[in-house]
Amino acid sequence: MEQFPAYPDSRSISEVKASTPRANAKWLKRTAMVLIDGDTFDEEGLKRAGLKSDDPITELYIEDRAIIIAPITTLTEESLKDSGLDPKTIVKCKNMFTLGMACYIYNRPMEYVFKYLEKKFSKKHPELIEPNKKVLKDGFNYAANIQAIPNTYTVEPANQKKGLYRNITGNQATAWGLLAASEKSGLPLFCGSYPITPATNILEELAIHKSLGAKTVQAEDEIAGVCTAIGAAFAGNLAVTTTSGPGLSLKSEALGLAVMTELPLVVIDVQRAGPSTGIPTKTEQTDLNQALYGRNGECPMVVMAAHSPAGCFDAAFNAAKIALEHMTPVLLLTEGFLGNGSEPWLIPSMKDYPKIVPPFALPNTEYKPYERDPETYVRKWAVPGMAGCEHRVGGLEKNHAGVLSSDPQNHALMVHERAMKVEKVADSIPALEVFGAESGKLLVVGWGGTYGHLLSAVQQAREDGLDVSLAHFDYILPLPKNTSEVFSRYERILVCELNSGHFVNYLRGRLPEFKFSQYNKVQGQPFLVQEIEEAIRKNLQ
Amino acid sequence: MPRYTFKEFKSDQEVRWCPGCGDHGVLAALQRALPDVTEILGYSKERYVVVSGIGCSSRLPYYMNTYGFHSIHGRATAISTGIKVANPDLTVWQACGDGDALAIGGNHFIHAIRRNVDINIILFNNQIYGLTKGQYSPTSKFGAITKTSPYGTVEPPFNPGSLVLGAKGTFFARSLDSELKLNEEIMLAAAKHNGCSVMEMLTNCVIFNDGAHKLIADKEVRADRTIILRQGEKMIFGKNRNKGLMLDGMGLRVVTIGENGITEDDILVHDAHSENVGIHMMLADMKYPDFPVALGVIRDVEAVTYDDGVRDQVELVKSKSKIQCVDDLLRSGSTWEVK
Repeated sequence: MEQFPAYPDSRSISEVKASTPRANAKWLKRTAMVLIDGDTFDEEGLKRAGLKSDDPITELYIEDRAIIIAPITTLTEESLKDSGLDPKTIVKCKNMFTLGMACYIYNRPMEYVFKYLEKKFSKKHPELIEPNKKVLKDGFNYAANIQAIPNTYTVEPANQKKGLYRNITGNQATAWGLLAASEKSGLPLFCGSYPITPATNILEELAIHKSLGAKTVQAEDEIAGVCTAIGAAFAGNLAVTTTSGPGLSLKSEALGLAVMTELPLVVIDVQRAGPSTGIPTKTEQTDLNQALYGRNGECPMVVMAAHSPAGCFDAAFNAAKIALEHMTPVLLLTEGFLGNGSEPWLIPSMKDYPKIVPPFALPNTEYKPYERDPETYVRKWAVPGMAGCEHRVGGLEKNHAGVLSSDPQNHALMVHERAMKVEKVADSIPALEVFGAESGKLLVVGWGGTYGHLLSAVQQAREDGLDVSLAHFDYILPLPKNTSEVFSRYERILVCELNSGHFVNYLRGRLPEFKFSQYNKVQGQPFLVQEIEEAIRKNLQ
Repeated sequence: MPRYTFKEFKSDQEVRWCPGCGDHGVLAALQRALPDVTEILGYSKERYVVVSGIGCSSRLPYYMNTYGFHSIHGRATAISTGIKVANPDLTVWQACGDGDALAIGGNHFIHAIRRNVDINIILFNNQIYGLTKGQYSPTSKFGAITKTSPYGTVEPPFNPGSLVLGAKGTFFARSLDSELKLNEEIMLAAAKHNGCSVMEMLTNCVIFNDGAHKLIADKEVRADRTIILRQGEKMIFGKNRNKGLMLDGMGLRVVTIGENGITEDDILVHDAHSENVGIHMMLADMKYPDFPVALGVIRDVEAVTYDDGVRDQVELVKSKSKIQCVDDLLRSGSTWEVK
C-alpha cells in the first residue's frame, strides 16, 4: 500500500485573468481547479496577455488541471442589466459571480458573503448590496447548472519515488485501465453507455482513444447501454458499460441477464448522492447494497471498489481481467469524489501488467455452453464466428448442455455453481493488507474512496500513541480469503463508510463471529480526517 | 463450400409453438431462405447470430442451428446492435413480437432504425400478447376486446410500417405468415440490404387472437384485399389481375383496368429504391377496406450503416494518431520527472 496524506483542499482554486496568466500559471498547484473568464480570451485579450496561440490552456501547460471556462463577464452583465448600475461598475461585480461559483463548488453557504457585503457597503454604498448579492447567487446557480464538480483530491506525496509522473483524474484512469485491459487481452474494447453525471467523462475519454481500437456507443438509454455491451460481450469484445446510481437501477434486469448468460462484462458505477436523482455532483457510497443485492433471483456478481483517483487504473484493469478470465459480470464501484478528483501518478509501464487470458473454447470440438472447470466453475467462451460451436444463450435457466430446463435439481445446481464461480474469484485476488500493527485494540475498516481520509486519520492517531490500524477493502464480493483471520487479531472493529452501513451489515452477515461498530456519514460529502480521528478516540475509550 | 439445405439450419430442439400458430410458417421461411443467402452472399454458417427478446416469437433462436441469444423483454434490438458493432463480420437476424419491439422495446427499435444498424429484424405482428395469455398490444385494433380491455381498447394502434419509415428506415417489407415463397424472397432481399431491414410478418395467434388478419388473409379474399409489390412491376392486384393503384392528387386511388378508360399504362410502377419516402409511406399506410394491404418489399434504399461508420472511424483515427499503444497514451500530454 502506498502511504500519503490526503486532504480535501479548497485553497487550490484560482481565477486566471487574461492579463496575468503567464505570471500565475507557474504557481498553479498540479491539482488546482482553474475558473477562466472565457470572455477575456478574445484576440485582443490574448495579445495583451502576451500569449501567442489561440489555445492558452495548452500554451500555459495547464491542460492537466481541472478547468472551467465560463463567460463570466457576459453573465455578470446579463445578471445586472436591470440593476441601475453603470456598465463599469457592473463589470467590477465579476468577482462576486466567480465567488458564487466557488461557493457552489466547495459547498460553502452564501450567507457569510451576504453578511460581509452588508457590513462593507451599508454606510457608503448601500445601493451596491443587492446587486452584489444577486450576482453572487447567479454565479452559484450557474455553477450548479453546469454541474461544476470540485477537483477534490489533493495529494502531494512527501517522499516521491523517482520516475516520470503525470496528473490523472479517477474517471480518466478508469478509462485508461480499460484500454490497458483491452491491450493485454487482445480483445477490442466496446463501451455502451448513456451520459450521466458524474460518470460521463469515462465515455468521453474512451471516445477520444479510437486509435487504441475503442468503440463507443452512446446508446438511447441506460438499458441500451448495458444491452449493447452484453451483445458485444457475446460477440467476443471486452465489453463495458459506465453509469452512476440511478443508471445502475435501470440496468438491473440486464445485469441479471449477464449473470445468467455468464458473459464477461465490466460495469462501472461512479456513485453519487441518492436516492433518485439525489445530488448528482456530490459523493457517496450508497450504491453498495444495490451492487450486491439489486437484482431479481439469486444473482451474484463480483463487486469491487477503487480507493484513489490513480487507483482507478488498476481497479478497472483488474475488473476487466476478472470478468474475462472468470466469465462473469464485474461491478466496479468508484465515487464522484474519485472520478473527478486527481492526483500525481507515477506512470506505470505496460510490461509490468499481466496478460489477460480468457477461457476460449476450441473450434469444431463438442461444445457445451455451461460445462465448467471443476476448480474455478468457469465455463468456456465460444464466440460467434467460431466454427462448430454454435449454441444458444439466454435468460432462461438451462442445463450444462445449454438446453432449457425447469428441473428443480438442475436449477438448484446452477444457482449453486454460479455463486461458487464468484466465490472462487477469491483465489485470484490479493490478500487483505493492514496498515499499522499486526494486532491490537482497534481495526478501522473502510472500502473505496475513503481510503485517503481513513489512512490520514489512522496515521495521525498512531502518532498520538493510539493503538489503531487500518484494513481497507478493494474487493467486496468475494472478500479476500484472509479477511476473517485479519479481523481476529484485533479486539474491536470500526467500519467507516459514506452510507448508513451497507458494508458493515454485509460483513455482519458474512462473518457473524465478529462484533462490528460503525461510523457513518450521509451528507454527500467525503469524510473529514478530524471526524474519523474523533470516532477512533471514542471507540478506544 | 457445400450447399446447405434447410436441415442444417434446424436445431434439434422441439418446436413448442401451438399447432396452427403463424410463427411456424415464418420459421420455415427463414430456415429455407438462409441456405440461399449463404450461397449467394458467400457466408459461412458460423457467422449467423439469431437474437430475440421475450414473447412467443422470441423462442425462435432455439429452433435455429446457429449462434443464438434469447435475451430479455424489449431489448433484442440493443443486444443485436452491440453484436453487430462489436463484430461487423457477423450476420445478425432478430425475432421479436409487436409487444416486444413496439411497446417495451420501442425506444431501441426506433433508434436502431435511425442509426441504420445492419441487422435483419423480423417483427411478428399478431396484434396480441400471446405468452402472457391475451392482453392487447400496441398494434391491437382500436376497440379490440382482450383480457385487459374487456370493453374494448380506447387507444389507436401503431402501424409498424409508418413507424419504420418515420424513423427514416432504409428497408421495410410486409408479409403474411402463410406466404412461404414471398417470405423467402423478402428475407433474401433483407439479407442483401446493407442496413437495418424490418420485415413485418402478419401472424395469426390461434389461441388468443384467432383470425387476427383474416379479413385480408383468408384464401378467398386475399388476392383482392392485398397487393404484392415487386420492384419495377406495375401495382396490379385482384383475383382477375384487373385492379391497380394510381396517383390521384396527393394520394393513391384504387382503379379497375378497363373501366372509365383506365389502361395498364395508367398504373403505378413500384420503385422500392426511390429515395422519396412519400409514396412508400402511402403504400405502407394502406388499410382494408379502402385499399389493399401492401405486401412485399415496400422500401429498400442505400445509406451508410452505423456499424460501418463506427469501424471506419476507428480505422481512420488509428491511421492518424500518434498514440498507438497504451504506453504511448500514458506518456502523452503533460508529464514531469522526479529525480
